[in-house]
Amino acid sequence: MTVLDIPELALVALVGVSGSGKSTFARRHFLPSQVLSSDAFRAMVADDENDQSASADAFDALHYVAGKRLRAGRLTVVDATNLQPHARAGLVRVAREHDVLPVAIVLDVPEALAWARTEVRADRTLGRQVLTRMQRDLRRTYGQLAREGFRKVHVLRGPEEIDAAEVRYEKLFNDRRELTGPFDIVGDVHGCRAELESLLVRLGWRLHRDEQGRPVDATHPAGRTAVFVGDLVDRGPDSPGVLRLVMGMVAAGHAICVPGNHEQKLLRRLRGRDVRLTHGLAETMAQLEAESPEFVSAVASFVNGLVSHFVLDGGRLVVAHAGLKEEYQGRASGRVRAFALFGETTGETDEYGLPVRYPWARDYRGSAMVVYGHTPTPEPEWVNNTICIDTGCVFGGRLTALRYPERELVSVAAEREWYAPARPLTAAPARPDEVLELGDVAGRRHIEHGYGSLTVPAENAAAALEVMSRFAVDPRWLTWLPPTMAPCSTSSQEGFLEHPADAFADYRAAGVDRVVCEEKHMGSRAVVLVCRDRDGGRFGPGGGVVHTRTGRPFFGEPLDTELLDRVRLAIGAAGLWDELETDWLLLDAELLPWSAKAGGLIREQYAGVGAAGRAALPAVREALDSAAARGLPVGELRDRMARRHDEVRAYSAAYRAYVRPTEGLRGVTLAPFAVLAGSESSYADRDHGWHLDLADRLCAADPEFFTPTRRQVVHLADEASVAAATDWWLALTAAGGEGMVVKPYAGLAARSKRGSLLQPGIKCRGREYLRIIYGPGYDEPEQLKLLRQRSLGRKRGLALREHGLGLAALDGLADGVPLWRRHALVFAILACESEPVDPRL
Amino acid sequence: MVGVLLTLTTTHRPATDLGHLLVKHPDRVQSFDVPVGTAHVFYPEADEQRCTAALLLDVDSLRLAGARRRGRGGPSATPETFNLGQYVNDRPYAASSLLASAMAKVFRSALRGESRERAELAATPIPLELRVPVLRCRGGAEVAVRVFAPLGWTVEATPIPLDEAYPEWGDSRYVDLRLTGVQRLADALNHLYVLLPVLDDAKHYWVAPDEVEKLLRAGAGWLAGHPERGLITRRYLAHQRALAGQALTQLAEERLTDEPLPADTVDDGSDTAAQGRPSLAARRRAAVLAALADSGASRVLDLGCGSGALLTALAGDRRYTEIVGTDVSSHALTLAARRLRLDRLPERQRNRINLWQSALTYRDDRLRGYDAAVLMEVIEHLDPPRLPALEDVVFGHARPGTVVVTTPNAEYNVRYDGLPAGRFRHADHRFEWTRAEFTAWAERVAGTYGYRLRLSGVGDEDPEVGSPTQLAVLTIDVPDPDHREPQLTPRKEERP
Repeated sequence: MTVLDIPELALVALVGVSGSGKSTFARRHFLPSQVLSSDAFRAMVADDENDQSASADAFDALHYVAGKRLRAGRLTVVDATNLQPHARAGLVRVAREHDVLPVAIVLDVPEALAWARTEVRADRTLGRQVLTRMQRDLRRTYGQLAREGFRKVHVLRGPEEIDAAEVRYEKLFNDRRELTGPFDIVGDVHGCRAELESLLVRLGWRLHRDEQGRPVDATHPAGRTAVFVGDLVDRGPDSPGVLRLVMGMVAAGHAICVPGNHEQKLLRRLRGRDVRLTHGLAETMAQLEAESPEFVSAVASFVNGLVSHFVLDGGRLVVAHAGLKEEYQGRASGRVRAFALFGETTGETDEYGLPVRYPWARDYRGSAMVVYGHTPTPEPEWVNNTICIDTGCVFGGRLTALRYPERELVSVAAEREWYAPARPLTAAPARPDEVLELGDVAGRRHIEHGYGSLTVPAENAAAALEVMSRFAVDPRWLTWLPPTMAPCSTSSQEGFLEHPADAFADYRAAGVDRVVCEEKHMGSRAVVLVCRDRDGGRFGPGGGVVHTRTGRPFFGEPLDTELLDRVRLAIGAAGLWDELETDWLLLDAELLPWSAKAGGLIREQYAGVGAAGRAALPAVREALDSAAARGLPVGELRDRMARRHDEVRAYSAAYRAYVRPTEGLRGVTLAPFAVLAGSESSYADRDHGWHLDLADRLCAADPEFFTPTRRQVVHLADEASVAAATDWWLALTAAGGEGMVVKPYAGLAARSKRGSLLQPGIKCRGREYLRIIYGPGYDEPEQLKLLRQRSLGRKRGLALREHGLGLAALDGLADGVPLWRRHALVFAILACESEPVDPRL
Repeated sequence: MVGVLLTLTTTHRPATDLGHLLVKHPDRVQSFDVPVGTAHVFYPEADEQRCTAALLLDVDSLRLAGARRRGRGGPSATPETFNLGQYVNDRPYAASSLLASAMAKVFRSALRGESRERAELAATPIPLELRVPVLRCRGGAEVAVRVFAPLGWTVEATPIPLDEAYPEWGDSRYVDLRLTGVQRLADALNHLYVLLPVLDDAKHYWVAPDEVEKLLRAGAGWLAGHPERGLITRRYLAHQRALAGQALTQLAEERLTDEPLPADTVDDGSDTAAQGRPSLAARRRAAVLAALADSGASRVLDLGCGSGALLTALAGDRRYTEIVGTDVSSHALTLAARRLRLDRLPERQRNRINLWQSALTYRDDRLRGYDAAVLMEVIEHLDPPRLPALEDVVFGHARPGTVVVTTPNAEYNVRYDGLPAGRFRHADHRFEWTRAEFTAWAERVAGTYGYRLRLSGVGDEDPEVGSPTQLAVLTIDVPDPDHREPQLTPRKEERP
């Protein structure tokens, strides 16, 4: 039996004459979807799999599909004769474009057998002389395959060997996804043995020394694994000592290591190549003089065996010396290795004569965390989920390690400057590293996040792009948007469109036993992100932002800053900065009164209707009264108009309840009802008791500016509790209140017993308030009957989708995920808002 | 369900002849089904001296919504696609085209001047008093006077306060209208038929396609000589455009113009440019085109192209081999495509022009590698804190060889009559810069991104406040080390 070793990700070219059994072989060893057959593609483009005139187009299409598969990391097998160099060259090119290994499997059967098989096939029309020519091409092929770039060539001779062959998949060397850590990833050491020892000790490692006292291994009591990002050698005082320790740790399975460009160069030198002794190589070579030839040769074989990058922890972590862009992760090719060792350069050199490096991390959109070194920086900084941990120890900086998965940085200072840097360490890039690209948000997009997935249609994204770009606050500050909120199921109680009984029933049906009823303030939604430091913090310059439900600045300056100052003070006075150990907080609140922000809307939309109605109906009634006095039968019409008049007056009273004079912030109050997030935490898992308690403390700290949220906690199984809350709602709404929001007591991220996300809140609006939503006379029996046909499904679906996105955005904020990814979530919430949904719901 | 009222009173004797003219008996209450509800006709008073007919339109808001829905896209449109305003609105109370069309149905023969019983009277001017207690009147009571007075009416238009509870809110857009005069009844009705919708000036959803014809018919004999016929016609027919553009108005394009907005006058749509001279917008385009021509560019970007005024000029100039217009508003791009007649251009012409939705706050790889870019009256539409993003996107990432920027000169605003101090030229402007402010910005951008800067002005230069428009041309200089670009195809050719 012949075993054919094939990398898990490869482009496999079957090579053989017509009738050699390629398709049969492919069927036996590969999935039908993995096999791209030239016959099939010929049929696809020309309706005839023998139409040789269609070959060019067929191969074009085949290469295209192969490229798509390889880009997605899928093994692809090409079933074609592949007897001619140009045909194989095309495949090698596709493989290289996607940095996968091309593999050839040659099926060599006697010409007579191939002819016999071809002859019996009704669908084959080629002549014997063609087969003979193919056989001749095959002979020639043997010597060419390896030269053409096929990294593995398997040859199977004769039908027996072909039948007996087995395919065995081999992992790529860089695929160490099974290693889950935890890891201590160490930056560029450059021969700084003493600092490396100190760092390991600080990280909790125990060093093991040989009889001469030299460290040769280290172990961690918690079973951690060290990962070295390369550049162990050169410039520093003891490159051999560093190598001895790291080689020992790697050999003992306590560490893994990727090579740096300095190891690469050292290896070339050790192999006797003509390498200039610059950039600290001279020091290393001098230090190695003192070592035994066995040690030097062990170094050479160690470096030679290093794999240019590793994919670790199920694909969540990638380590490479100079970083690695997403397309290259888990791939193998010369350019992948070159990128891993040297990074991407622009082809230019800077004023210090060093190559200008392209800031690939700025464009990085991959999901794996990339940890790398290579470029000394004064301070490691996360850029799109990548981090460079070379803090220039050898240049007198620090030696840094990243604890994974903790994302914690640990470093020790250099004992001294061991080597003068060619360019000052402080030359950090002046531009923002986290820039957003149109591709992050535009077009039709499928978004998966921790709470589900959704597809944003292109037209919604287009609408959101306009709003986001023209009206919203800086994306760095736009961390979350409130989801839309569905009303409770429609009430069938006389005179009510919405009633608490239905809100409670909705949650009871979802298996919730405790809810909180929060007074629904009739104002304008305000999301407040406030930093402890008035001049900035993690979100860039500025001490915070207050924005509307669509992300617009709330009032504009200077009022927004004044408002933030007020909130910041209250948080400080309530002691929340220290208690929550945070230097920023994200609050969800309602700003009151409604007229403060929506004065224009009230005057344009609502007051006008009232004015028209209040002027029209008296005139109508007067005319009807006169007609009635003449004895005309207008009684019914007159009664109806009298009712309309009452309704218009009730409508006017409804909107007037939300109008209060304000000037600047005078008269304005804020009613916070949720504390969404703070440093490294989303508070979505806290119950509403916690949220409201914090809100109360802000009210206590500044009672003039903060309005408390009245509420009732309801046990849904307890009739008395339900009745009390219902009475509370009736009283609240009778007094002009908008209504209430019922929420699962457990908090924002509450889930049903089946584990699905619950509606985070359901609104239950008062009868009078609904006049300004559905019209002054909406509660006429006939109208109400029609309005009860309203359908809530779409609104509820939308609310849940937006809620899931919002929770994911909060998690991302806490976990420090890259801006582009958080922004994509917030952007999607805004895009959802352009879904057509009845605005009255 | 509610009431829109019109009363017609005559003191012609016998006044009850009004019943003959209207073909509605003064002692009966009659009801008629009209598309949006029910119209009732009754007489609050009817004797020899004085007779008043009332037309009460009882608007059914559900049918109103239904009518709009049909107007919007057929029965398949879901009921969930509407704005709140369609449910809470003044139509049930205020006179508008709804009343006009109810009139047309209920008083059809009177409107035509026909009367079987009183043919002579129908042709005779009689003393009339018309009252519309709530009339939506865009432009205020003064407009009602302007349109009715030339027709021989004594006009009394009393503004209705927006809310008695809040006197500081001032007047609503409604007036209580009384017209008195000696007119043929048919003329009076035709005046109302045309002018109620004109004064309302709201969007209509059920206008028939023969609108022009209707206007001419109803306006026969009085519209042609009316001093405000321009206003009347424009407003009356604007509804047609509204009908066509309804679907597109959701995200209405803010026109990129810096001429001062007419201060809520009725004189809408007029050209503010002085007779015989190109407008500032035209001069600005010319200046931008000249700067582009100077730069020698052939592949150009118009960033924030709006509805494509500049693109049209670029398309007409053969030196430009590739023209890209971008805007964040997809509606603007639709308008631009229409203006450029993209779908009718021959392929070779068509291939020169691309329209892309793009936002100047997001990097867009498609915009890289062009010779020149234009930011004409664009930056002032961005909130100042977002300007660094625009700078990075345009000067850092797209990095065209030349960038032409125009923006208003705030100092010049004092020269615009009707532009109150402190107000911007356009409602969407987030800022307007003085010359010093623009210069400081442009110098900083040029310095940061390695561009050379040349500043000038567009429009007549005022010795004190400068030109109305500021113009900057930035030309790429030495590559700044911080902003070097990667090779176009980085390492692609490297063999594994």
